[in-house]
Parts: sequence; C-alpha cells; structure tokens
Amino acid sequence: MHRFANPGRFLRLANRIQPWLKALTALGFLLGLYLALIGSPPDYQQGETVRIMYIHVPSAWMALLAYLILGLASASALIWRHPLADIAAEAISPIGAAFTLLALITGSLWGKPMWGTYWVWDARLTSFLLLFFLYLGHMALLGAFDDRGRGQRSAAVLALVGLINLPIIKYSVDWWNTLHQPASIARMDGPSIDPSMLWPLFTMAAAFHVFLLAVLIERMRTLLLEAKLRNQRLAAFDRVQTEPF
Amino acid sequence: MIDLGSFLAMGGYAAYVWPAYGAGVVILAAVWFDGLRRRRAVERALQAVAQSRENDA
Repeated sequence: MHRFANPGRFLRLANRIQPWLKALTALGFLLGLYLALIGSPPDYQQGETVRIMYIHVPSAWMALLAYLILGLASASALIWRHPLADIAAEAISPIGAAFTLLALITGSLWGKPMWGTYWVWDARLTSFLLLFFLYLGHMALLGAFDDRGRGQRSAAVLALVGLINLPIIKYSVDWWNTLHQPASIARMDGPSIDPSMLWPLFTMAAAFHVFLLAVLIERMRTLLLEAKLRNQRLAAFDRVQTEPF
Repeated sequence: MIDLGSFLAMGGYAAYVWPAYGAGVVILAAVWFDGLRRRRAVERALQAVAQSRENDA
C-alpha cells in the first residue's frame, strides 16, 4: 500500500485505471437501474416504494464509507503528515456530503408514504443529519484559514472527533426506539430480504462503490494539480521579486 | 413488454419514487461534473503558466 502513497506514482496509476472505472460505473448503473426499476417485483408491504431503497440504502452506505475514509485519511495526515492523506481527506468530504444529502432526501421521500411523515427527530435520522453537518464543517474549516496547513489540521481534528458518530448511526436502531427499521442486510442470521430484491440492491451498491472510487481519484488528481499550480505561481512570483529592473 | 402507463404510475407512488430517482441523478451528476470542471480549470491554468514562462524565456 505504501508504494502507492507517492504522489507521482499515484497519478500514473490513477491515469491508468480511470477509464476502466468510468466504464464500470456506467455499466453498473445501467444494470442496477434496470434491476431496480423493471427487473424486480414490488414489495408485499411497501409496494413500489421499495424501489426507493435501491438508491437510499447504497447512498447511506457510501455516506458512512466516505466518512470512514475521511477519518483514516485525517488520522494518517496528523500522525504521518503524508501529503496524499491531506489530499484524500479534502477530496472525500464533498463526495460524502453529497451521498449523505441523497440518503436524507430519498429516506424522507420513502418515509412520507410509509411512515406518514417526511421527517422525525429520532436517533437514526438525527445522527445522520449530524453526519451531513460534520462534512459541511470539515469543508468549511479547510477553507477558513489563510495558512492551508492550519486549516487541514483543524479539519482533521474535527473529522476524528466526528468518528464517534459512526457507531452511533450504526447502532441507533438497536439502542433507541426509532421509526427506522433495524438492519436487514448485516445481520447475524443472514439478510432478511428476498433474493429478488437483494440483486438490485447489491448491483446498485456495487455501482455506487465504483462511482465513489472514480470521483475520489478524479478529485485527488485535481488537488495534486492545484498544488503544483500554487508552487509554480509562487516560483514565478519569486522570480519577478528577485529580478533587477 | 411492460405497460408504460402503469410503470410511470408506480402503483400510486409515482410522486415519491420518481423524485427519489431524480434526486439521485441530479446529485450524482453534480458530483461528477463538478469534479470534471475543476480538473479542466486547473489544467488550463497550468498551461497558461507554462505559456507565460515560454514567453519570458
């Protein structure tokens, strides 16, 4: 893993796999949408609203995965001061915020017909809203200081403190009485969902994973180029300063 | 063949199912194209710096 932690090597690897990731993303979403909208039956209790789950559940998973990546990247940035770790943290938080927003919107569109309300302040929904604000806070802190390094360190500390929210989200449906149903995939006795609905769910989840990886790599590549641009401008500025007129 | 009318009606839940998929398309497309736009912008800026260096030389 450490071999890929070199920015130059990372860029070369990224350029090589990016076309494949894009093709896989397109393929995954085509197949996933077909299974989710056409190739799967309505649920006997939820009717056609079960199709909302094929977006809601994968985006919620990605929202959590993105925060895990943010936490790991922030920890390695603070401990090992690796430049790629700061870049990964900066790249992942807008992506995580987008997935969190999508999970909140689709969840509330499912909640209205099934629970009778768009929103309720229960443990799962509230902790997930907090996740959204953690992402926004991370992005805001990154840009809040003139000194980029200070912004990165404060944002990393916030990200680490916010890690405590992940187990709260995961276990909120067991610890508190909530409207949100408990886990139906990651259970000790295996998933409690019919295979006809597991397939669209897993296909969409696979597409979401590849999408996340593709946009993460794209953003990291951009941030590396932006750092290069800052250095070149600084160098050009120094030249102008030192040249005699 | 599936019946388009009943497909779009989504068993009476069209007002919830389609906005959910619409939000998915809009948000994922926004993430994708924002990333693309930023990379193109920085690549243009890098080219401009390289160009001005050539002019100076």
